[in-house]
Amino acid sequence: MNDERHEENAAGATVRKLTMTLLEDARAADAALGEYAAGPSEFFSLMKPRVMSLVVLTALAGMLIAPGSVHPLIGFASLLAIAVGAGASGALNMWWDADIDRLMARTRLRAVPSGLVQPSEALFFGLTLSFVSVLFLAVVANYVAAALLAFTIFFYAVIYTMWLKRSTPQNIVIGGAAGALPPVVGCAAATGSVSLDSVILFAIIFLWTPPHFWALALVKARDYGRAGVPMMPNVKGEAHTRLEILLYTIVLTPVAMLPWFTGAGGRVYGLVAALSGIALLAMAIDLYRQPFGEIANKAAMRLFGASIVYLFALFGVLVAEHGLGLINRWGL
Amino acid sequence: MSANAPPPLALTPQQLQNRRMRNLAIGISVGFVAILLYFITFAKGLAVLQSSN
Repeated sequence: MNDERHEENAAGATVRKLTMTLLEDARAADAALGEYAAGPSEFFSLMKPRVMSLVVLTALAGMLIAPGSVHPLIGFASLLAIAVGAGASGALNMWWDADIDRLMARTRLRAVPSGLVQPSEALFFGLTLSFVSVLFLAVVANYVAAALLAFTIFFYAVIYTMWLKRSTPQNIVIGGAAGALPPVVGCAAATGSVSLDSVILFAIIFLWTPPHFWALALVKARDYGRAGVPMMPNVKGEAHTRLEILLYTIVLTPVAMLPWFTGAGGRVYGLVAALSGIALLAMAIDLYRQPFGEIANKAAMRLFGASIVYLFALFGVLVAEHGLGLINRWGL
Repeated sequence: MSANAPPPLALTPQQLQNRRMRNLAIGISVGFVAILLYFITFAKGLAVLQSSN
């Protein structure tokens, strides 16, 4: 019964938000011709290009570790569709979150809260790209990959953005599944099915997400608090967040070694995963033991930056090993 | 034209420039996708209409 009421509330909130968007836009267009303010770069920024670059890399890794081979042109077109799908979910996220983005220093200059792009434009842009990217992937690759991409967009835009983000401190843990799916989509695009290795890559990104985002949330806790987003440091406190960061990193490090054990990654991957994992773990321990204040913030930002390098290194090595044929050629 | 009709839109040069650039970006994107799909038909060969690999 409670669930039904919750669903009704969620549906009502969505309808209200859509109505508000259209009304706000009509007013804005009448008042300032704002709908003509944005150029292509503002629309491109809605797609979160930095996130897209990570999606492309992880999807490419999923594609390359898949058994068999894929035609380069179909691989390229599939990656393009996955990247555009990721961008579409970013645009939908920016449309829905414009009200809280306006309140946070980190996000207030984004295209929608700053008024450069109207909310309805962001919504239309996101929906169009979602539809086009899924359809395009179905045509150039297969229906399994297209269905997975559609699920990824839905999970990020609806489950994470509209539901979890504002309702639970576990928002980025569960929502992280959306960011972890691109290697699975890449594998499905190449083979039409989901392999164990692609699921391992999913697990790596899934476990990497909490330490990555919570390190940032520790520093930006005041920002999130102002916007009313229940991030872990705001709800459970800094000490608890640091402990959870450490625990997730302890689990992540051995899981990141799994591709080496299954043969998806070669010796170079094993070495990079081991060394960078130890470094990341050392930073998580350092953050856990820091006193509060400026020094702790620096440790958190160090871990945040290192986590990005860590993930790029892992997937970059996987792509290099398979893309350049190092595993087969040199027995690595 | 009735007296209550809204005044015609008067865009600033910057807004006109942005609109031109947006239209150009959409045109290039659509053209690129069309060319890509054309060449994909060669890559997929006879399986071009089969999306299940």
